Amino acid sequence: MYSDKVMDHFMNPRNVGEIENADGIGEVGNAKCGDIMKIYLKVEDNRIVDVKFKTFGCGSAIASSSMATELIKGKTLEEAWELTNVAVAEALDGLPPAKMHCSVLAEQAIHKAINDYRIKQGLEPWEDRFSDDDDHHHE
Amino acid sequence: MEKRFVYMDHAATTYTKPEVLEAMMPYFTEQFGNASSIYNFGRRSKAAIEEAREKVAKALNALPDEIYFTGGGSEADNWAIKGVAFANRNKGNHIITTKIEHHAVLHTCEYLEKQGFEVTYLDVDEYGLINLEDLKNAITDKTILITIMFANNEIGTIQPIAEIGKIARERGIYFHTDAVQAVGNVEIDVKEMNIDMLSLAGHKFYGPKGVGALYIRKGVKIDNLIHGGGQERKRRAGTENLPGIVGLARAIELATSNIEEHNRKIKSMRDRLLKGIMDKIPYTKLNGHPEKRLPGNINVSFQFIEGESLLLLLDHYGICASTGSACSSGSLDPSHVLMAIGLPHEIAHGSLRLSLGDLNKEEDVDYVLEVLPQIVQRLRDMSPLYESFIKEGGK
Repeated sequence: MYSDKVMDHFMNPRNVGEIENADGIGEVGNAKCGDIMKIYLKVEDNRIVDVKFKTFGCGSAIASSSMATELIKGKTLEEAWELTNVAVAEALDGLPPAKMHCSVLAEQAIHKAINDYRIKQGLEPWEDRFSDDDDHHHE
Repeated sequence: MEKRFVYMDHAATTYTKPEVLEAMMPYFTEQFGNASSIYNFGRRSKAAIEEAREKVAKALNALPDEIYFTGGGSEADNWAIKGVAFANRNKGNHIITTKIEHHAVLHTCEYLEKQGFEVTYLDVDEYGLINLEDLKNAITDKTILITIMFANNEIGTIQPIAEIGKIARERGIYFHTDAVQAVGNVEIDVKEMNIDMLSLAGHKFYGPKGVGALYIRKGVKIDNLIHGGGQERKRRAGTENLPGIVGLARAIELATSNIEEHNRKIKSMRDRLLKGIMDKIPYTKLNGHPEKRLPGNINVSFQFIEGESLLLLLDHYGICASTGSACSSGSLDPSHVLMAIGLPHEIAHGSLRLSLGDLNKEEDVDYVLEVLPQIVQRLRDMSPLYESFIKEGGK
């Protein structure tokens, strides 16, 4: 059901944990739907120098978090913002159709963390291509 | 710790016992004649089926003429419910069932609703038990069928079947029970329990897959489901699954020959495993009834984690189990059974079912008790829910 890549990132997730005094934090999903993703960013000179995550959810939610954090590490905030859920899924060699929303969560969590950082810096938040209502389309 | 293969999903299916397979083998290769054929070679197949029918009847305290072989438990459920509904339409259009039935019953009832029948889905309490007063109150003069499972496949709760049967009989309403999980685990007496129809499936009690049976009490007015040839006394068409039927009969004979002894063994392992889990893993909830449950069933919820990731990690360690989490089933909601007993979504998502059976040894219990706490902790350490719980002081 899952690719080897998904299983690898699930069994050996990269960047699990928290960052003390993180510059930006983004949490999406809800327990009702069975997945919550929380991403912590450390930003220096507009660049993500460290990223950690905590995820409550299924194998693909954990693997998506792990892969997404790997993909934005060291990137500028603009570059990180451009990461799409499809890119996360592709980097994992695909996700089952019913699990694509896990990759959406990863994209949204990153966006939320970046905007959290921007707001803390007194900057305008960027507009997310998924509205908040879409936050978790499990209805 | 050496990795081992531990099968704790007996409620999903069981292996076919060697003595069952041995009984079946001649009917594949040698005694393969069509039971409907007139020649002696065919008649011998017919005799094997009739012998099988007697064995199944004996296991349930039914008459051989009241046993009909089917293609499995789902077919038996479909037949009982649709068959009674359509045959008794002139009497009424109301059916009573529960919210925790197997989908073979629930989806059949939903189909009948589209055909103009009315269905009452009884609530259950936090342990998964129906309330007999609710049942009595749900009965109307249009009620033609009560269908309530003997024991639940997910949480193992055993319903008060004899009491339900008594109520149904007194009110002159047919009573069907899906006993797929119960056979071999609970003593069943269809006469004493006033059961009019009962479904069972061979592969749940160490028989083959793809074969089941429906007990239909003599006198029950029921339509056919499978139309065609005149097999099963013109009630269920299709060339008989001869080896399957012989296997199912041998399996039920073995499974019901010493239920007490079998249960003692399974239950003692189950109880030790459950106690170990509760002792070693904090923030764990037992789902289902503490006593009125199938001997091999454990269903627990671990707070702050999700069931599918738990199953994947258990699988990595060679342990087969199941969960009521939505994420494992492809559906969006967690198990309807866990919802019906009132679990919040997040607790239902963290559920784990371990169903023990004849394949298990004490060493399996030791192994699971070694592996499971580590896995749960590993997932909790990754969980933002656990993180906030601890930060808030772990209340």
